[in-house]
Amino acid sequence: MFAFIVNRLLQALPVMLTVSLLSFAMFAYVGDPVAIMLGQDYTIAQRDALIADLGLDQPFFVQFGKFVWNALQGEFGLSYRLSRPVAQLIVERAPATLELALCAAFLALAVGVPMGVYTGLYRHSWLSRFFLTFSLIGVSLPTFLIGILLILVFSVWLGWLPSFGRGDTVNLGWWSTGLLTWSGLKALILPSITLGLFQLTLIMRLVRAEMMEVLRTDYIKFARARGLTNRAVHFGHALKNTLVPVITITGLQLGAIIAFAIVTETVFQWPGMGLLFIQSVGVADIPVMSAYLLLIALMFVTINLIVDLLYYAVDPRLRIGRGKGAH
Amino acid sequence: MSDAALRRPGALRRMLDSDLWWSFSHSPVTVASAIVALVCIGGAVLAPWIAPHNPFDLASLQLMDAFKPPAWEADGDPSYLLGTDDQGRDVLSAIMYGARVSLLVGFCAVLLSVTIGITAGLAAGYLGGTVDAVLMRIADIKLTFPTILIALLIDGVVRAALPREVHDQIALYVVIFAIGISNWPSFARTVRGSTLVERNKEYVQAARVIGISRARIMVSHVLPNVLGPVLVIATLNLGFAVLAEATLSFLGVGVPPTQPSLGTLIRIGNDFLFSGEWWITIFPGIALILLVLSVNLLGDWLRDALNPKLR
Repeated sequence: MFAFIVNRLLQALPVMLTVSLLSFAMFAYVGDPVAIMLGQDYTIAQRDALIADLGLDQPFFVQFGKFVWNALQGEFGLSYRLSRPVAQLIVERAPATLELALCAAFLALAVGVPMGVYTGLYRHSWLSRFFLTFSLIGVSLPTFLIGILLILVFSVWLGWLPSFGRGDTVNLGWWSTGLLTWSGLKALILPSITLGLFQLTLIMRLVRAEMMEVLRTDYIKFARARGLTNRAVHFGHALKNTLVPVITITGLQLGAIIAFAIVTETVFQWPGMGLLFIQSVGVADIPVMSAYLLLIALMFVTINLIVDLLYYAVDPRLRIGRGKGAH
Repeated sequence: MSDAALRRPGALRRMLDSDLWWSFSHSPVTVASAIVALVCIGGAVLAPWIAPHNPFDLASLQLMDAFKPPAWEADGDPSYLLGTDDQGRDVLSAIMYGARVSLLVGFCAVLLSVTIGITAGLAAGYLGGTVDAVLMRIADIKLTFPTILIALLIDGVVRAALPREVHDQIALYVVIFAIGISNWPSFARTVRGSTLVERNKEYVQAARVIGISRARIMVSHVLPNVLGPVLVIATLNLGFAVLAEATLSFLGVGVPPTQPSLGTLIRIGNDFLFSGEWWITIFPGIALILLVLSVNLLGDWLRDALNPKLR
């Protein structure tokens, strides 16, 4: 177990180093931070002083080391666009994105798994066909178009739900939540559906395929022969064994959800990290971009690590196989 | 018909007799999606000749015609079938020209992914060892990051590094590059898998024995035999690339507004959604869905039809 974790951590390290090198290169060589910070009028002496102050006259690896050291302490400099510390900006906006992502993931699981089980069990019923057609459309519809259609129907035509923003939020310490107010919950509905729909169809198709696979195996036939009820066979035996890949995919998709939140947040003007990032790309606000890149990379690496560990915990074959060496 | 013609049927005859054609013509959904895809692609390619108006000809635009609803609505104009936008541009013609840009980006991006993917996959599968380990490790890292994020970063960096005028000129190539570069690992993995199977077959060993160079074995012996699955993934990837382009353009970082793609049209139309002019954004959206859905359905069918396990 310990060796497994260390091995995984060692694999994650080069990824993080590469990403931080990339994000440093962006920080250091794209655009001219000195010119941006000084504005229009400055003397050569002022310019040299600022360069020395920022450490831009030092060798590449010294600068890179400093960048990594600062990043480890959550220090990414000032945003060019908003002239405020990047770390502060991101901390302010993280709760909005995380709440949205978790709601979307919950929705995808809570609806996707039952739909997958149903379509796997009753393959030829008309409802299954309807679900499958629906899932194909879900895969082919771009996220932003789903959002626009939902806004058109539920905000413009019916006027039931708000089309932008988070509604009223409540501050719990530094965490601002929209889950505790009525308008906050209402504002969360459309963005969560928009963001979760793709993952929902993905999970549904996955559970369906796994269920069909598992139902063909001998131990299911044996369980039926023992006279167990359908319910016990389907949920106690079959569903349990489909969950391993579902855990993996859901975990990995959590990263994709956070990345796709960029699109959803743009459609709904949701004040999260994704909107901050897209606004920064538009005006080439490099400090925000490189901080976001590092943060997302860290998130992906962490999620991958957790998924690997879960796999290890859920699937006993991995543990035994490793002990005896390769087959 | 003479005996010779019976014994050696023509190409058309052979195609109509093949398994592939049988499975195609016996699947109504596939035939329908093929027709839809053909109409979309045909309309896009022939846009300059068959579009009812030229949306880029500023002289023919009249602000009087702005915000006309579709022809079947009460005050619609029959010469603007799907209505007009805020500039008085015909929505149908804009869609046809927009689909041209979308498809161009999609095809070029897939072509780039295929080229990189096949090269990497062949090298990894045939050469093995360190080359294999390094290439597949890069592909793994690449696969953990979503395409849209990588494309956004590439676009953001280019935008920051170049002045605005230069960027607008090369924006189309940047988008193609950004999407193409982020999709190659799926091709590389498939090609590598098939190459590992092919490299131990007798015909490759025979080629090696008579002293043909490794590069030539890879290109002219192994490559033709691993192309089947590549075709399937390329079809599925085309829909995906068109979607990625639309998403980037919708976010405002894709192709410039001077050359609007379907995604750009949707973004522009989105501003008028709340004032009731829904057709400006919904019709390009429907066109995008029809195009992507039909291409995806064709890809799905091709995958099932070429997979001997499912026969």
